[in-house]
Formats: sequence, structure tokens, C-alpha cells
Amino acid sequence: MTRELWKGNEAIAEAAVRAGLEAYFGYPITPQTEILEYLSRRMPELGRTFVQAESELGAINMVYGAACTGVRVMSTSSSPGISLMLEGISYIAGTEVPAVLVNVMRGGPGLGNIAPAQGDYNQAVHGGGHGDYQPIVLAPASVQEAIDLTVLSFDLAEKYRAVCMLILDGSIGQMMEPAQMPEMMEVKRANWDWATDGRMGKRERRILTSIYLDPVQEEKMNLRLLSRWRTIQREEVRYKEYFLDDAEYVIIGFGTAGRVALSAVRQAREKGIKVGLLRPITVSPFPVEAIEQLTGRVNGILVTEMNSGQMLEDVRRVVKGRVPVEFYGRMGGVVPLPDEILREVQRITSSKLDVRSDPREEWYERMVGMR
Amino acid sequence: MATKNLVYERPEGFTETPTHYCPGCTHGVAHRLVAEVLQEMDVINKTIGVAPVGCAVFAYNYFDVDFVEAPHGRAPAMATGVKRVLPDRIVFTYQGDGDLASIGMGEIVHAAARGENLTVIFINNANYGMTGGQMAPTTLPGMKTTSSALGRDVEVHGYPIRVSEMLATLDGVGYCVRRSLHDPKNIRLAKKAIRTAFETQARGLGFSIVELLSTCPTNWGMTPVESLKFVEEHMVPAYPLEDFKVSEAIKQVKV
Amino acid sequence: MQKEIIIAGFGGQGVLFSGQVLAYAAMDSGLEVTWIPSYGPEMRGGTANCTVIIADNEIGSPLVKNPPLAIALNLPSFDKYEDVLATGGTLIVNQSMVDREAKRDDINVILVPCNGIAEEIGDKKLMNMVAVGALLTALPELTLKDIEKALEGHLPGRHAHLLPKNYEALMRGFETASVAAVPII
Repeated sequence: MTRELWKGNEAIAEAAVRAGLEAYFGYPITPQTEILEYLSRRMPELGRTFVQAESELGAINMVYGAACTGVRVMSTSSSPGISLMLEGISYIAGTEVPAVLVNVMRGGPGLGNIAPAQGDYNQAVHGGGHGDYQPIVLAPASVQEAIDLTVLSFDLAEKYRAVCMLILDGSIGQMMEPAQMPEMMEVKRANWDWATDGRMGKRERRILTSIYLDPVQEEKMNLRLLSRWRTIQREEVRYKEYFLDDAEYVIIGFGTAGRVALSAVRQAREKGIKVGLLRPITVSPFPVEAIEQLTGRVNGILVTEMNSGQMLEDVRRVVKGRVPVEFYGRMGGVVPLPDEILREVQRITSSKLDVRSDPREEWYERMVGMR
Repeated sequence: MATKNLVYERPEGFTETPTHYCPGCTHGVAHRLVAEVLQEMDVINKTIGVAPVGCAVFAYNYFDVDFVEAPHGRAPAMATGVKRVLPDRIVFTYQGDGDLASIGMGEIVHAAARGENLTVIFINNANYGMTGGQMAPTTLPGMKTTSSALGRDVEVHGYPIRVSEMLATLDGVGYCVRRSLHDPKNIRLAKKAIRTAFETQARGLGFSIVELLSTCPTNWGMTPVESLKFVEEHMVPAYPLEDFKVSEAIKQVKV
Repeated sequence: MQKEIIIAGFGGQGVLFSGQVLAYAAMDSGLEVTWIPSYGPEMRGGTANCTVIIADNEIGSPLVKNPPLAIALNLPSFDKYEDVLATGGTLIVNQSMVDREAKRDDINVILVPCNGIAEEIGDKKLMNMVAVGALLTALPELTLKDIEKALEGHLPGRHAHLLPKNYEALMRGFETASVAAVPII
């Protein structure tokens, strides 16, 4: 198959179509609106459902309704819009129906700006909505990965009857890169044994709800979600490694922060610094084992993010103070450049690190001192 | 020999679960009317209901059809999602006044404006029943509720919303009427309206809604009989029983 | 190999399209490429810019602080990118829109009257292609032929009749820059 030049947002839209997306519900918000616009033409062309909802609240509940019928359904938004959707996301998780969501993140909090950011990591990975649930969260770092993970997200959502969310920052949404689209897949309505698609004279009625008034029943449901989550943690971890074979130091970063770090790693290698990169693709489930293994053999870890150190805490939870963890982050829509991360690599590899120091504290002091 | 007259029969659209509603509450009547209509139209097999948050949250226990349970106020959006991917099914929401006219005002207005082919059964009992009788957008001026303890003061709390009158202005609406459940005659008229609403949907003639003035004896602090009288004497004058919109195509439909 | 290029100018000068043409040409040549625009409110008037990175390996950062190559189609872009260009880099400047000489002497600043040349060809909109042609003198990874093929393959069909003039604009830009370029060592 030939490569085409695709813009990230449109690539996600077309990939979803090729993966059998039957219904899309969305609301305009920069920097993801191209997905909505693209599908407003593409879905009707194919006789599929497209609705521009009255709000993100409307959109997520339309997703919820369509998901209950068992079709492949998606909504997309950006940070403030995802905040509005969290109510519905919790309901979808609690009802155990599959849905695919995309958050093309922007700078925040509040209205923030429309520049690329990763400030919604905690919101996505550690729930966001109310109650005990764990969404699957995928973090593409390129247009090709955005395509591949969009397709994968439908499979994962269905396999685990769970919410599967792609988080990417606005730069991947707006960027063009050569990429290969998958072939158009046939839209097949799986005959799910849970879908509320009408009895049609063949079966007993079905009810899809997230209410369990009896706490014991609710706890059983919580345990069912947890049991599924344990399987996901075991089987669905994905990440990419760069230059790790002989690495004495490792950078951990996801999405754009990860690919910017790749440039820094290459520059550092040219200077003879043995540094590698681990780029989580699934940030939930988190690549615990891969980090665990690195912890045993590197002298230090540098976490880079486009936020104030949200994934950093997950890394520290794995590392447990066994090797020094350092942090470099930019916030508010500022994208770090390779030379900034290279400078951090040089700082870390040329100084004595202390496992007892608080990486976020020290980073903060460096940030403030910079000004 | 005495002849046996059948005076009550469980409609096919009902399960055998006894309802949890308070004595004298008209939710049971409204449920029954919907079940009878679904049976008479022979659509039980292809109906999907959307339950609200409120007293009718467990509506799905009583109807023998597929059901989903929406977040508070979002039933029209959820129903949109169901109906758009399954256009040949009958989809209805069953919502109270807090759910539909307060937190879910955005969803109901836009579902109606889009002309979604759904049917909405809207129970107006002038308060939030499930949470214990708080003031709703439909609470009458001066009416005491647990959150308007001194009576609804319109200067402070604003005025009641007449949902049907408002929705009837939207082009996407095919059928929009208000009925009451306070006596047998009105119950018969309500059933006819519910039938017409579902016929509207079955024919693809746009959004349909039947607003039903209902009782809430527990939260109103009245006996069932007093509450029926309250509906007649206080609710009906404030919320007139009218056809607010019946599109030309539906006028031709005989039920 | 990795080359970073920033193209900047006023909205409406064809900044983003110029970058896409380079991206198509690179892709069709089997190279890796990223194209990323500045996006947001600034796209409505004011300056627009995009960064194109061409490489023969997986591209890391899609943004770069000190690019070796840039096109400045107006004065504000000249002011901005002259400062950030990497030492030894090449800056193509649309001479028709600036009123000053270069300040730095550690980069190649090539002044090309893009508007003037485009008007001579008969379509002032082609000024961006004049600039792209000029850029190729400093970007041996892509040839004039590569750009022509990219235009042919990706220009919307309704613009197909404009192809010959586009080729002419590219060629004129390339020739002008070839004469003007005085490589610094």
C-alpha cells in the first residue's frame, strides 16, 4: 500500500471509518474540529450516522445510547470538552459498553489555549469521572500511530467492554506526515449478548444500566471491572524502545514529548552519551514491567512531559526510589524543543544524582530560576 | 350463574414486577398507558426505552422491552444515539420535570429541534419526587416544596416553565400535547395522545412528546384523592390541556 | 540526513501550501517528512508559518529552534527568522516585501524578488513557488523535478492548467538564487 500525506485529525477520522465506525457524535472545539468536519461529509456518504450534538454533554450521551446497541461509535473533543463528557464516560464505564473517544489536548486549565499540551494525563489515566473505573488510554506520537491506535481502540473497547481513549496533543492533530491507511473493513454488527437493540421476537428483554442500588451488587460489579482491568494490564501494554541496549540513562516520555526526546537522544548519542528512550504507547495500562527492568540497570531516569509531572508520579511509583528520577516539563501549550531536553540529559549525566530528592520540586525551582 | 367481567389485565408490555411507586402516584397509570399502546401497536418486540433519573429510574423493571438508563436529563441524547443507529425500532424516553425541564433542558430542546424520531413521555408533577420533593422548574408560584419552604417566590426563584408550549415552536416537532391523569376521562384522552405520539414516530413524522400532569401525594403532603383534586384545580389552570402542535400529516392519522 | 525548513509570511501568501509541496515531494522521494503549521487565531490574518522536516529516518521533534533553512516571504518573518537560523544556514527572503539588507554574516541570505518574478510570469500568486525554487539551491535532497511531480500529483485537478506557470516560477526562483548565492565558509 502506498503512503499518503495525512493530517493527524483527518487521519484519525478516516481510520475510524475504515475500522467500521457506524456512528459519530461530536461538537466543535479546536484543535480537533477537523475530525468533526471530515466526518460530516464522509459518514453520510457511506450511509452512516453523523450528528453534530448541541454540546459535549449531548455528544457523549448519544455515544452512550449508540454504544448500548453494540455498534462501533466514537466521539472526539479537546480538553474542556472532555471535562464536560466525564459524566457520560463514567456512565459508559459503569454500564460496561464499548466506546472510543479521542482527546486532542490543549493548554489549560480552564479555557486555556489551543496550543499542544499533555495536561489531561491524570484526567484520562486516573479516571476523571466519578467512581471506580479504569479506561484504556493510548498515546500516539505520530500520524501513523494515530491511525493504527484508532483502529486498535475499537478492538480493545469491544474486547473489554470498556472506554478506550486516545490522548494526543494538538500538534499531532494538526501535523501532516506520510502514513498508510488500513483497507476499508466491512461494517459487521456483532451479535453481542448484551446489546439493547430490541428483542425482535427472539429473546428476553435486556437492560443496560449503571445503577446497582444494593452496595453488595455494586461491589460485585466493581470487582468485575477490576478483574477485566487485571487482564488488560497483563495483555495490552504497549511501548516503544529506542537506543536502550547499552543505555546508562533513559528518558521516559509519551506522545509528542516522547518524540521530541528522541531528537535529544540522537543528539546526545552523537556526543557519546549513552542515553535511551522508552515511549509508552499505552499510558493506561502503564508499562510497569518495562520500567521495572530499566530500573535495575540504568543510572538515572529523566521523565519529560508537556505538563507539570503527571506521568512522573506513575514512574516514581514503579521505581520506588531505587534509581534517581529527574523531571523536565513544559506547560500551558509550550512544546519543549530537543535542545532543552539535551541540556537536561547533559545536566543529569554530568552530576551526582540523589534518589532522595523530589524531582518535581527541583524542576520547579529550575523553572522559576530560569525567569 | 354469575358472569365474570374482566376488569383488569396485565398488559403484555408489562413484566410481573410490582412497581415501587407511592400509593396514589400516577406514574403507574402513565406506565400502563404506554404498555397498552405498545401492545396495541404490536411493537413491544422492537421497542427500546430510555429511563431517566428520578422516580422513574426503575421504569425498566416494569416494561417488558429492552431498556437503557440515562444520566440525569440526558435521555433525549441517549435516545438519539439509539434511534439513529436503529431507525426501524421504536424508541421512547420517560422523563420527569426535574430531569427534562431543568438539568436536561438542552438535550430535550435540541432533540426536538433536530426532529429526532422519538417519543417522549413527560411527567409533570411540579416537583423533584425521588430526592424528596424539592422545587422543580414546573413548581407553581407560591407552592411549598422542601427547597422552597416558604413557597415559590417568583421574584427569587423565577417562573414556571411551560415546556410543551415552548417545544411546539420548533419545526422538528411533529406532535406536542399536554394531557392530565387526574380522572378517567382525562386518562382516556391521555392514552389517545400517547398512541398518536407513538404513531408519529412509527410513521417517521418527527419528534413527539406528551406532557402528563401527574400527582405526587407523598411530597405534596396530600391523600391520593386530594392530590387528584389539586391537579384539576391548580395544575390544569396553570398548564392548560391543549394540542400545541399536531402536524398536518398526523392530523390524517386516525387512532 | 535531516533538514529542517521554516516557511513564514502573511496569511494568503501560500505559506502552508509551499510547505505541503515540499512534504509531498519528500514523501514521493521515499523520505520521511513532517509538516506542522502554526495553528490558531493567528491563521486569520497576521503571520503564518509552517515547519517541514525531511529525513531518511524516523523524525523526532516536529519543531526546531534553529533551522538550517527558512523562507521569509515578508519583513516580519525576515526579522524573526534571521535571528534564529542556524549558523551556516540559508535564508530565502522575498526581496519584494523587505526594505533592508541582511544583518548576520554567518548565514546565507538570498534576496529574491519573488513578487516581481511572479508578476513577470503573469500570476502574482506564484510568488511562493518562486521562493520554493530558490530554496532548492540549498536543499539538494529535493530536485526541481521532484517538486514538479509533487505539484502534478497533488495540485487539485481544477488548477492543472496552472502547472506550466508553476514550473516556470520554480525554475526562475532556482536560477535567481543560483546566481545570487555566495556560499559562506
